Amino acid sequence: MSWIDIGSIEDIPLRGARVVKTKVGCVAVFRTSENEVFATSDRCPHKNGPLSEGIVHGQSVTCPLHNWVFDLNTGVAQGADEGQIDTYPAKVEAGRILLDGTLLMNRAA
Amino acid sequence: MKKKLVVIGAGMASGRALEHLLEADKDAYDITLFNAEPRGNYNRIMLSPVLSGDKTYEEIVTHDANWYEENGVTCRFGEHVVKIDRERKIVVGQNGEVAYDKLLMATGSAPFIIPVPGKDLPGVIAYRDLDDTNTMIEATQKPGAKAVVIGGGLLGLEAAAGLKARGMDVTVLHLMGHLMERQLDEAAGYLLRRALEDKGIEVKCQASTAAILGEDKVEAVLLQDKTTIPADLVVMAVGIRPETRLANDAAIEVERGITVDDAMRTSDPDILAVGECVEHRQQLFGLVAPLYDQAKVVAATLLEEDAVFAPKEVSTKLKVTGCDLFSAGDFAEGEGREDIVFRDPSRGVYKRLVIENNVIVGAVMYGDTADGNWFFGLIKDKTDISDMRDTLIFGPAFQGGEPLDPLQAVAALPDDAEICGCNGVCKSQIVDAVKAGATDLGAVRAQTKASASCGTCTGLVEQLMAVTLGDDFQMPAAQSVCGCTDLTHEDVRRLIKSKELKSQAAVWQELGWNTPNGCHVCRPAVNYYLLADWPVEYQDDPQSRFVNERKHANIQKDGTYSVVPRMWGGMTTPDELRAIADAADKYNVPTVHVTGGQRIDLLGVKGEDLPAIWKDLNDAGMVSGHAYAKGLRTVKTCVGKDHCRFGTQDSTGLGIKLENKLWGSWSPHKVKLAVSGCPRNCAEATCKDIGVVCVDSGYQVGVAGAAGMDVKETERLMDCETEEETIEVATAFMQLYRENAKYLDRPYKWVAKVGLDWVKEQIVENVENRIALVERFELSQSIYQKDPWAELAAPDEAPKFGPLANLTLEAAE
Ligand SMILES: Cc1cc2nc3c(=O)[nH]c(=O)nc-3n(C[C@H](O)[C@H](O)[C@H](O)COP(=O)(O)OP(=O)(O)OC[C@H]3O[C@@H](n4cnc5c(N)ncnc54)[C@H](O)[C@@H]3O)c2cc1C
Ligand code: SF4
Ligand code: SF4
Ligand code: FES
Repeated sequence: MSWIDIGSIEDIPLRGARVVKTKVGCVAVFRTSENEVFATSDRCPHKNGPLSEGIVHGQSVTCPLHNWVFDLNTGVAQGADEGQIDTYPAKVEAGRILLDGTLLMNRAA
Repeated sequence: MKKKLVVIGAGMASGRALEHLLEADKDAYDITLFNAEPRGNYNRIMLSPVLSGDKTYEEIVTHDANWYEENGVTCRFGEHVVKIDRERKIVVGQNGEVAYDKLLMATGSAPFIIPVPGKDLPGVIAYRDLDDTNTMIEATQKPGAKAVVIGGGLLGLEAAAGLKARGMDVTVLHLMGHLMERQLDEAAGYLLRRALEDKGIEVKCQASTAAILGEDKVEAVLLQDKTTIPADLVVMAVGIRPETRLANDAAIEVERGITVDDAMRTSDPDILAVGECVEHRQQLFGLVAPLYDQAKVVAATLLEEDAVFAPKEVSTKLKVTGCDLFSAGDFAEGEGREDIVFRDPSRGVYKRLVIENNVIVGAVMYGDTADGNWFFGLIKDKTDISDMRDTLIFGPAFQGGEPLDPLQAVAALPDDAEICGCNGVCKSQIVDAVKAGATDLGAVRAQTKASASCGTCTGLVEQLMAVTLGDDFQMPAAQSVCGCTDLTHEDVRRLIKSKELKSQAAVWQELGWNTPNGCHVCRPAVNYYLLADWPVEYQDDPQSRFVNERKHANIQKDGTYSVVPRMWGGMTTPDELRAIADAADKYNVPTVHVTGGQRIDLLGVKGEDLPAIWKDLNDAGMVSGHAYAKGLRTVKTCVGKDHCRFGTQDSTGLGIKLENKLWGSWSPHKVKLAVSGCPRNCAEATCKDIGVVCVDSGYQVGVAGAAGMDVKETERLMDCETEEETIEVATAFMQLYRENAKYLDRPYKWVAKVGLDWVKEQIVENVENRIALVERFELSQSIYQKDPWAELAAPDEAPKFGPLANLTLEAAE
């Protein structure tokens, strides 16, 4: 893995999310009420809802368009809905958010 | 000849290491003990009881002069070690050199001081040693003295409680959203905060210190949000850092702490390290339990025996009377984890277990921590808990015990809690009536008048009857808000008012929510109820809103947004139209549409363009039309008597005045208004939430119309004579709806539940009440009537609409 610093945890509102543009498309980076961070694909498998705009509760997010709920750990849709979003390694160190660049960044020239 | 051991630092770790060493072999070493503090080993963690006055310094000394003498330890107290010369194997103290064969570094940690202006002023201290404690005690001697403690962790809170116990005014500033966030989750943090506030300690979370003010001593603390808090004493307790300066200078390997191997040796085999100054396998230490294990290993290594340090789980308790909390293990982060939550609002108890692969990995509890050690044992031993999962949370005594009672929140209400707001009926009156033989709802209603008016408290009255009558009462099935609670919306609204719950955490805890912080169904509702009932005390939480209200624009099915500027009463000007046209061009708006509410809708705006287009529209004098809001949408008008030959009154003018008064307020659902200039009703006022039809004699105010999935004509609320009266009645209706309706009920649905007669009673018949409603609305408007576009288009907010980072760009560099 190659961890890259994408910003401070304070840049994401508590129980909110921001988007990072990557080579695999938009990645949503979530901050839970316990100050954990999770990174997933920003696109809902149902009808492409932007998950970074959803409501974050516990370790889940609810899609803003039709309320599918995804577990941020596994990316699996909860309840009756079937689907899964991609998840990416993320962590916080000394208040900085780190994502794994090997998956997300174009190989540096 | 005896070998020479030099120890730097007489703290908790080295004290314990020396005990083990001397016990095993009293004659192995000649020992010299340096300490920067002018005293020997004492129990540092008991400084908090010394501060609060429960103990004296003498009581917490662990090794006295006799002990050092009996064990032949040469003490050099009050003397800093300034250098280690590894080549000559010599330690240099302020008063001279000492040679060593083995050296033990036990320098502990240094408090972290946040680098703000004023940090060096007299009166700004850390909380680490006896001198700090004495400075604090001295500061409390001055009558009326005020202290600010920066940092709401273990140390900060113990300092705050101690200072308060000695009579000081204390404010705790904490950067994060809840107290002790490293050890506690939000719910436990809330209970802790409540307990501290009950002691009279003021707590401010999400408070970022900008500077410490004062001329030649500290006078106040200035926060980032520009508030100043007067202070005679500032205690910084924001964290610690391993004290590694000596090791660094001597070129011993240091990462964040002095790195040691499993035998506690540093990169120099003759130098060992122990305590908070070390780093072992990337881990630092801040509590004594693991340090005591290290001390054992140090003694063994010094005696050339094999020993291995293996860190164990640690648990935390707070040494503040009345704040009973326990936290252990890891209750955050990680895949596939599951929570078990238990709350008992009556006793202020909260317990949460985090389970992974059938093993408890973390536990947080507040209020009742008797089972803490049992859970801690299960964590340390990684016990498989599958067999006791269902009753686990009740602890060892309750294995096979009773299930949770959903009625406990109601049972826990105090006798004087107001249940029926309309008729001012409190819990004890209802319970008394039930005990006196009123066993059905009708009888309770007849005797107490509870739930006899608007009826929104019916659910609560029924629950009280169930609590009082037990099995004799058959509860009608009511729809709870969502899976997080058994209470209905009406119950939650009533309880928020009667129990004066003013934060989300308070609602979760006091009403016994079974999830840590709600879900997408209950959170927006609770956020709304709190802001409607406590406009001043509660702070709106954008993260508990649906995207439209958070982004202040309607999200479309392709993820773009629509932007609708306000056009007061449906009036516009050539300049406004030009500005809208320019914005549509500049931001490549694909669709421009005229809405049914007489506004212009720009559809297809990209999320990151929102602040810029808003700014352009703001600059042209327009504000948000709240087309996305559960709040006032539009006031539609006809041209009225200025232009129309049938017009009886100035319908446009009144529409503009109403819109000016009501815009910006949040409500349970959207609210649409219209004003028609005569009964021909060109503005379609008779199918709106509030509709005014002008007639020769004045204004007919109708409410509770609908033209959506249901179509319904308004019902006449009142005939008014003047514009002023019309505005007053409409405003009072809006506020009554805001204060009482269930989230996501449009006014027509709500009025159908409470009855128009009740609404009339509140607004038409009771003029005093009408005025009070208007006053409460105006208070709320003093906070909420502001243009969200202007706030979010401001230079420090606007960038948040863009991506946090762009990794596709960085790669191209
Ligand atoms: C108020 C308070 C309450 C606490 N409560 C708890 C609790 O409830 N539970 C818990 O587990 N932990 C608690 N702790 C933490 C606990 O006290 C520490 O983990 C422990 O004291 C660390 O031991 P140590 O020997 O590593 O360092 P210390 O005890 O700090 O000792 C280090 C000593 O080295 C001396 N020194 C440093 N540099 C030099 C030098 N160059 N020359 C000479 N001497 C030097 C210092 O003066 C100091 O006396 C508390 C701490 C404080 C301050
Ligand atoms: S409602 Fe009456 S006053 Fe208004 S435009 Fe129509 S006819 Fe004219
Ligand atoms: S009527 Fe239906 S399709 Fe048309 S805007 Fe309203 S919700 Fe959308
Ligand atoms: S697009 Fe996410 S739920 Fe429909």
